[in-house]
Amino acid sequence: MGLLSSRISITRYKVSGQLDGSVHETVYQGLKQHAMPKIEDDGSEAIVGWTSFENPYAPNFEGYSFVFGAYMVFAMRIDKKSIPPKLIQKHYALEIAKHLADTGRHFLSGNEKKAIKEHIVNTLNRRIPATPNVYDLAWHYQEASLWFFSNLKSANEAFETFFIKSFGLQLIRLFPYTTADLIAGLSSGERDLLLKLTPSQSEE
Amino acid sequence: MLDIAVAYNRYKFLGNEFLTWLWFMIETDQNRLRRYDPDLVSLNIGSRLVLENTLNNARETITIKGEDANLEEGLLSLKKGAAVTEIHLSYKSGAQHWQFSLKGESLNISNLKLPETGPVETPEDLEGAVIEKAYLMEKVIGLVNNLFSHFVKLRVSGEWRNQTVSRIRKWASS
Repeated sequence: MGLLSSRISITRYKVSGQLDGSVHETVYQGLKQHAMPKIEDDGSEAIVGWTSFENPYAPNFEGYSFVFGAYMVFAMRIDKKSIPPKLIQKHYALEIAKHLADTGRHFLSGNEKKAIKEHIVNTLNRRIPATPNVYDLAWHYQEASLWFFSNLKSANEAFETFFIKSFGLQLIRLFPYTTADLIAGLSSGERDLLLKLTPSQSEE
Repeated sequence: MLDIAVAYNRYKFLGNEFLTWLWFMIETDQNRLRRYDPDLVSLNIGSRLVLENTLNNARETITIKGEDANLEEGLLSLKKGAAVTEIHLSYKSGAQHWQFSLKGESLNISNLKLPETGPVETPEDLEGAVIEKAYLMEKVIGLVNNLFSHFVKLRVSGEWRNQTVSRIRKWASS
């Protein structure tokens, strides 16, 4: 899922708006503030943070190391804990049996079962390490264009939210309509016609 | 501008019609494609073509895979009213060769194989490698933007309705 992979996937964005002050310094501050924490949070199911393109497991943005010519290249990392459902099922069954034995009862209420399940998930979350996923991106500030190197819906959605939180700039995903509206250089008359377009089949 | 989520769904057809037109252009008018991209040596269908027919409230998907695959099935489904939803392309410009897939509904690029570049052996090689890769990606993205822009201008014009649709139908039936 990276810029240097042998097979690359690209989702294209237009970046809307401009940064105040020095671009590199503002981006550096945004990256630093929202960098992937070095010490992993023990209980969270997923953590999102910026990381270095060249060394995603030790984020370092010093000396504007994310600048490559006209591009700013860095990565979003999502560390996600994924507990196998069967593991939850096993611990849940054991805990229910223990609870029943301890209390001498024959059944548990729905709320008790729910609380036990939450406790199991939280305990396992603390014990299971998170799996990191790294998604590179290249941002050409002057051209307001950004390439995110993944087509995964969940990764793109997480990225769009995290980008605006970090830099205060809106991303517009480039798909047929937005490409036609923003890239194709249509006149205002052509843009009006675009709004009225219907599939060719239904025009017959 | 329209709401993004609404626009994505409403204009999926535009991307699919673009890929259908692109296949038609590849097969019938490489010279015009060269006018759109002066560096273009050739643009050909690669190893995968996916079509979808959603007429009569039914969804039929036709996938053609393989190098030099026979595309007759695809033409047949075009004749029945299908549109191309995904295309794998082989693009040559100068002495360089790219391969990539393009999805109609999103215009997302996937499976992009860039021309060969030098190995990254030292940290000093990295900056050059990134800039070179970015340049090579720009070529493909530029090509897609350029072709799509020409298509959209044609699509909103009278020429599309009066000439292009019938030319595409004639080609699919030939």
